[in-house]
Amino acid sequence: MATAAESLSPLDVGRVRADFPILARRVNGRPLAFLDSAASAQRPAAVIDAVTDYERRHHANVHRGVHTLSQEATALYEGARERVRRFINAASTREIIFVRGTTEAINLVAQSWGRPRLSAGDEIVITWLEHHANIVPWQLLCGQTGAVLRVVPIDRRGVVDEAAYRAMLGPRTKLVAFSHVSNALGTVLPAREMVAAARGRGIATLLDGAQAVPHQRVDVRDLGCDFYAFSGHKMYGPTGIGVLYAREAVLEAMPPWQGGGDMILAVSFDGTTYNALPWRFEAGTPNIAGAVGLGAAIDYIEGVGLARIARHEQELLDYATARLQELPGLELVGTAPDKASLVSFTVDGVHPHDLGTVLDAEGVAVRTGHHCAMPVMEVFGVPATTRASFALYNTRDEVDTLCAGVRHAIGMLR
Amino acid sequence: MDLAELYRDVIVDHNRSPRNFGRLDRADREARGDNPLCGDQLVLQLQLDGDRVSDLRFEGHGCAISTASASLMSEAVKGRTLAEVRALFGDVHRMLTQQDEAPSPALGKLAALGGVRAYPARVKCASLCWHTLNAALAGEREPVTTE
Repeated sequence: MATAAESLSPLDVGRVRADFPILARRVNGRPLAFLDSAASAQRPAAVIDAVTDYERRHHANVHRGVHTLSQEATALYEGARERVRRFINAASTREIIFVRGTTEAINLVAQSWGRPRLSAGDEIVITWLEHHANIVPWQLLCGQTGAVLRVVPIDRRGVVDEAAYRAMLGPRTKLVAFSHVSNALGTVLPAREMVAAARGRGIATLLDGAQAVPHQRVDVRDLGCDFYAFSGHKMYGPTGIGVLYAREAVLEAMPPWQGGGDMILAVSFDGTTYNALPWRFEAGTPNIAGAVGLGAAIDYIEGVGLARIARHEQELLDYATARLQELPGLELVGTAPDKASLVSFTVDGVHPHDLGTVLDAEGVAVRTGHHCAMPVMEVFGVPATTRASFALYNTRDEVDTLCAGVRHAIGMLR
Repeated sequence: MDLAELYRDVIVDHNRSPRNFGRLDRADREARGDNPLCGDQLVLQLQLDGDRVSDLRFEGHGCAISTASASLMSEAVKGRTLAEVRALFGDVHRMLTQQDEAPSPALGKLAALGGVRAYPARVKCASLCWHTLNAALAGEREPVTTE
């Protein structure tokens, strides 16, 4: 009997591409091959139209006026929250806080949850794979509280040393925070197991899901984590909108992060009564259009189907991995067995920035540099890599264009 | 975009075989250049004879543009007076940043870097070594960056 995944019809990439207006662009006289979705994905017309329709027909401030537009804007904003809840299977919309993005979500947790709780000698465990957004907020918190940051090592494939991780969990560990999927290498971490190990010891857990949500089904209750953070713009939504999921019991015990309008019920100079969840953590007028766009992005992803997207991306990853390794002097950086759809690599005698320039001249957009993960670069002893990341709209032809560009750069520069 | 304008033969040659690469036995001045976003790093050492740069070496790693720029610079400033070096710095800076101006004839082989100005994101690569040279001459201790 065929499994559910096998019986799925394949993703119709031609139809998907027609949904993304920007893909019709030419860059430097060539068709655009956009291989930088891990930095920021492109938006389908459905997202652009939802934002435009909101701006043109429904905009007003939320949670305030009795007038029609304010009610419509509130319904759209809160409707987006419900879509997010369903998308990650949270128990309640009280657990869905809109923020600017993953970075802000992590800073919120560090300051609101961490700062009152941590004291000198307490430990925060992260991994060597983390994006700077999941390092620096903890360093700031350690500076404020005297807590200590401990870092789980990775091996030469970019896989987290799980034994070292378990050994690091001790009586002083208050929080573990790690990426669900590594942005620099693509490694998928065994999040469920890592969370379970921490929870078994009463340690709080935060997952940086920025690179995970566009590629795989995320179920926060199945994962069992206390916090899950992600960004709209990496999942075909707008920039400036993201989500912090937090278990309701955990949120209830957290003081507000920022003060202002919308996060209060009553203010007087004798004292202030804070609003209920989730609004207590959303001070000021929120990014309403961004939330509407994020809701539309979720609808789009679910319309195509995450299982279908995952299979398409896995095929591209396998194809790109095989083709790139045919190139002389090319070395893949990050070869974990379980990887999301990106390839990071170096090419002997060709610096990543020169390669990025040559590829750009051929219409190919890749990321070059340290990918905001300098410790990862340090493990592999390279200052920078070239990273090509694949999304639901990429094709094998684009992988071929990438490989031809790398060959061209080698011929020109080596 | 014409890549051949950026990666001229002189640039490719100086990237493959950088001149004055390595360290001096004795240096009067030393400075570091560091563009952390790119990962370009270099150490520049100078020997001075009065007001003349009598010898210099550089070491580090970077893209073809930054490596070739440092190599070409090392050839261009060796034996020059500090006043001549300052004038050359001005000429290079104008060449890299001003679209419409014809490069100064005083640039010599350095004119090969003229293609860089069509690539604004790469100007910092070509200029890192020059700012590092300035820092070395000024005796600055903090690493220089052009990012």
